[in-house]
Amino acid sequence: MKIRTVALNTFKEAIRDRVLYLLLFFSAVCIILARLLSILTVGDRIKIIKDVGLASISLFGALMAILMGTGLVFKEIDKKTIYTLLSKPIHRFQFLLGKFFGLVLTLLIMIALMSVIFLALLFFHTFHIEWRILLPICFVFMELCLITSVALLFSCFSTPILSSLFSLSFYIIGHLSWGLETLIKKIPSINMRAVFKALYTFLPDLENFNFKTEIVHNLPIPPDIYLYSVLYGIAYTGFVLVLAMLVFRRRDFI
Amino acid sequence: MNAALKIESLHKSFKTGFIPKKKTILKGISLSVNAGEIFGYLGPNGAGKTTTIKCILGLIFPDEGFIEVLGYPFLSLKAKEKLGFLPENPYFYDYLSASEFLDFYARLFGIKRTERQTKTRNLLRLVGLEKAAHIPLRKFSRGMLQRIGFSQALINDPDIVLLDEPLSGLDPIGRKEIRDIIVRLKEEGKTVFLSSHILQDIEMICDRVAILVEGEIINQGKITELISEKILFTEIIVSGIKPDDLAVLGGNVSTQGDRTLLKIHDEDRVESIFKLIQSSGGKIHSLIPRTQTLEDIFVGMVKKT
Ligand SMILES: Nc1ncnc2c1ncn2[C@@H]1O[C@H](COP(=O)(O)OP(=O)(O)O)[C@@H](O)[C@H]1O
Ligand SMILES: [Mg+2]
Repeated sequence: MKIRTVALNTFKEAIRDRVLYLLLFFSAVCIILARLLSILTVGDRIKIIKDVGLASISLFGALMAILMGTGLVFKEIDKKTIYTLLSKPIHRFQFLLGKFFGLVLTLLIMIALMSVIFLALLFFHTFHIEWRILLPICFVFMELCLITSVALLFSCFSTPILSSLFSLSFYIIGHLSWGLETLIKKIPSINMRAVFKALYTFLPDLENFNFKTEIVHNLPIPPDIYLYSVLYGIAYTGFVLVLAMLVFRRRDFI
Repeated sequence: MNAALKIESLHKSFKTGFIPKKKTILKGISLSVNAGEIFGYLGPNGAGKTTTIKCILGLIFPDEGFIEVLGYPFLSLKAKEKLGFLPENPYFYDYLSASEFLDFYARLFGIKRTERQTKTRNLLRLVGLEKAAHIPLRKFSRGMLQRIGFSQALINDPDIVLLDEPLSGLDPIGRKEIRDIIVRLKEEGKTVFLSSHILQDIEMICDRVAILVEGEIINQGKITELISEKILFTEIIVSGIKPDDLAVLGGNVSTQGDRTLLKIHDEDRVESIFKLIQSSGGKIHSLIPRTQTLEDIFVGMVKKT
């Protein structure tokens, strides 16, 4: 109940923030630009629209998650609103989870809005709605949940700018780390291989949530890969949230 | 009488600076607030009043010491169910309207919807903001924020209210209104713990006070016990007396227009000076014996340490 109350208030805060609409506007511009791009280039136009559209949703979603996620807890501490809030009968972890779910709700709605724009654009091009295209968007949403939890964790102990940088690094590393896997296979030394393997398991692999190419190019996806990705997302997000709660539990609000 | 708030040997230090250096803020605070009284926690800026209140609320963790609120250990949610708090400079969610703001806190106490609505309305009326119910807090003035903060502290009908500098930043009328509300809270049987660095505001409503200087309580008790009834000096304002005669009267003299202010420190001389003025044809406009105020004690103690 208390988590829900904080979440709804966070949601209210987020949707009354102009930054969100600015990002939404630019994402719409990008999605529509995909249409233009498809006219200018040779090749399968539909595929280009899908590619660029999905990439825009993923990128702007991540920006929203990072920019709002890092501001959330910090703003409460910086503006000292947290004093009054925590003087009420609420546990610190409830506060943190409330913030998390509030932002996740906001992102869900933003993703839905972007998807509507995207689907409409596709519809005007092909005159039928392709529901399968929603699948990679669902996984983008899972990725955003993870990024939100990371942004939340960083904002528990640093300023918005620093934690934005950290979260952005997390995002970028997360999308490049799969390269390590290929690297590992090529390393001759067993010890080095073990080190890199450990690094790879610890580092996030956000490519686990990327089904864009498969869907756009109509490649088959084995169902156990979905399952793995969902479990990976839930486990990693949960882990980061627990970490954030531990950081938050004994900190002084000064 | 049972204690609504009990603090024993509370210590708190902060690590500050690039190379962490320990700075001790609270050096063993002990106090006990009786149920149903107004307790003033007085001290100059930077004495550690806010730090103490933050410890009570569990916003910061004491290094050492024991805190009990309404018989519960201070971190328990049970204590917070029955507690109200007004922060020092009211910082609130500026994107909410006044009624949304109160509704949010009411929800945290699990109050039902219909009850939330009547509570919100009543509290806004209590602090004179019923017309501002739908204005976002962003547009509120300093005084209005203080009032909405006050109503937020009362949303759960608390048994104990902690007010951090409740009267600062208000105009004289606003101060009187808040003071009246505080007195009303006491009449309703609530315990009030308030901190302040302005003494005149406090001395007329507090039952007991503690004076905090640099993290130590240097005195606590009933105000009447702290203030002696002794007359410090007598102020007499006279007119129609020649300057030469005034010099004979002695005491501190300052003249403004045709009126002269005399400060007589020796109580025994007041009578004879009174007669002297009358015999030399002067007129007495006022004669006021000054007793010690809390401020005098306060300044004296702060100077000593
Ligand atoms: N986070 C902090 N780090 C270091 N010093 C602090 C911190 N917070 C408060 N102080 C110091 O503690 C002292 C007491 O502060 P405070 O409790 O706010 O005083 P008061 O409320 O009585 O004016 C001040 O000297 C202040 O500089
Ligand atoms: Mg203070």
